[in-house]
Amino acid sequence: MGRKVLVLGEVRDGAIRHVSFEAIAAGKVIAEGGEVIGVLFGESVNNLAGEMVAYGADRVLTVENEKLKNYSSDGFTQAMTAVIDQESPEGIVLGHTAQGKDLAPRLASKLDSGLVSDAVDVNNENGNILFTRPIYSGKAFEKKMITDGLVLATIRPNNVPALAKDESRAGDVQPIEVDIKDLRTVIKEIVRKTAGGVDLSEAKVIVAGGRGVKSADGFKVLEELAELLGGAVGASRGACDADYCDYSLQIGQTGKVVTPDLYIACGISGAIQHLAGMSNSKILVAINKDPEANIFKVADYGIIGDLFEVLPLFIEEIKRELVKA
Amino acid sequence: MNIYVVMKRTFDTEEKIVIKNGVIEEGDAKYIINPYDEYAIEEAILLKEKHDGEITVVTVGGEDAEKELRTALAMGADKAFLLNTEDDLEDGDEYTTAKVLAHFFKKNEFDIILAGNVAIDGGSGQVGPRLAELLDISYVTTITKMEIDGQKVTIERDVEGDVEVIETSLPILVTAQQGLNEPRYPSLPGIMKAKKKPLEELELDDLDLDKEDVEAKSKVVEIYLPPKKEAGKVLEGEVQDQVKELVNLLKTDAKVI
Repeated sequence: MGRKVLVLGEVRDGAIRHVSFEAIAAGKVIAEGGEVIGVLFGESVNNLAGEMVAYGADRVLTVENEKLKNYSSDGFTQAMTAVIDQESPEGIVLGHTAQGKDLAPRLASKLDSGLVSDAVDVNNENGNILFTRPIYSGKAFEKKMITDGLVLATIRPNNVPALAKDESRAGDVQPIEVDIKDLRTVIKEIVRKTAGGVDLSEAKVIVAGGRGVKSADGFKVLEELAELLGGAVGASRGACDADYCDYSLQIGQTGKVVTPDLYIACGISGAIQHLAGMSNSKILVAINKDPEANIFKVADYGIIGDLFEVLPLFIEEIKRELVKA
Repeated sequence: MNIYVVMKRTFDTEEKIVIKNGVIEEGDAKYIINPYDEYAIEEAILLKEKHDGEITVVTVGGEDAEKELRTALAMGADKAFLLNTEDDLEDGDEYTTAKVLAHFFKKNEFDIILAGNVAIDGGSGQVGPRLAELLDISYVTTITKMEIDGQKVTIERDVEGDVEVIETSLPILVTAQQGLNEPRYPSLPGIMKAKKKPLEELELDDLDLDKEDVEAKSKVVEIYLPPKKEAGKVLEGEVQDQVKELVNLLKTDAKVI
């Protein structure tokens, strides 16, 4: 038995995003021994298919078309519809990314199916596929299942562990021709505001600054630490409102929701607004001058002190560790 | 221009969440218009100021949602519809809401539908794109800027921090992202006027729907609070020593670096 499950691999800057490998792992749970099929859309993606196999896909379908170079709801829906017509899947998994959030509800509607959005876990409990997802901005959780139609889900990055990469796995790669036409929305331009490097929503380490960073210049020391740890820089709403950094860095209820292994909050008071975006981080470190700051109530480790005094010492210490290693 | 806003009454997530008998207890919790829907309402008002027309706000819910609809009218919407499913449905999901709305829109002419990109309670962000698909119109999610010139629509949307500039045309459904505008507060004269603005209530029957047509496709089997986090460890001593201890803890205890 088992289900046939499609997993859409998301391509960004010529590489598959890690959340897509996590989606394959989720797809395995949903498939219950059935087949997990990777799906890739883009201008030139055939060469990426092997990686989906290495992360557990049984085979991969690709649609190469210049009109799929950038994501559009119409283009990707047409390509996905062609794949669905060919395969008649019983489940589909996407990342809960800008793309997945935009596309999955439309597919669900088209297929007359339920959809679980933003799942952080998926389990088979007595034959039922149960998804865990945060509600009320992470203040509560629900377990949810699909009762009718395909098992459709988007999964939040950094939560479902990907399977170990195994280059020795083999799987068929089948290119499909799809005629993409009548795109009703046309992308004129993409303005990159996010600095190259580590994607905030997928970062394993985030160094975040709040009002206590005091200026745009003040963020430099955070950037240095983030780079050293192979992480990304984030910010609270307060820091964005004060123009210390771009809104693309904002973490919180409005802004990005992140689940890194290590979150270092610098000069962040810990307003509910902010906690909603990062409270599920695995380890939270707080550095703040104010011993009464709310952030210390949720932090695993706290240092009461001036971040401009603490961070340079922190950086020195990490450098020493790196030399040792 | 026929401008519609789809909105939702939500639990203010700044409130403490209490679970009793497997459901979130409402108690005296404060309810608000979903903040992202407020951006949609404000954008509708700005569109009307520029292009003339009429703003209709629509919500799916129960009797209680009248209060939030009146707030939207006080901000500047012209009329409101409450698609009241309270008596007909026990549980609905995003499929249910989108389908009820689709039947409403099949009976009403519109040029643009605005909504929030996600509601802060359920947090699934499905209803906008689902509705657009059911109405067979295009949609753009998480918009931060919009200009309309005749039928032509130019939009900027937020894509995880990057900006996409998109050209499309009416009719369209858009979902609002933070940064689109700064929602106004209802003025006192606005609140007075809102009391006399039309607010119509429709049930499934009025929309030619049966209970079976909108039956949920998913169900919640459990709701629970996250495990309470142990109070953390605030380090002590000289700053230099604290930093050393921290790096050591991160390395050996937490194993994150």
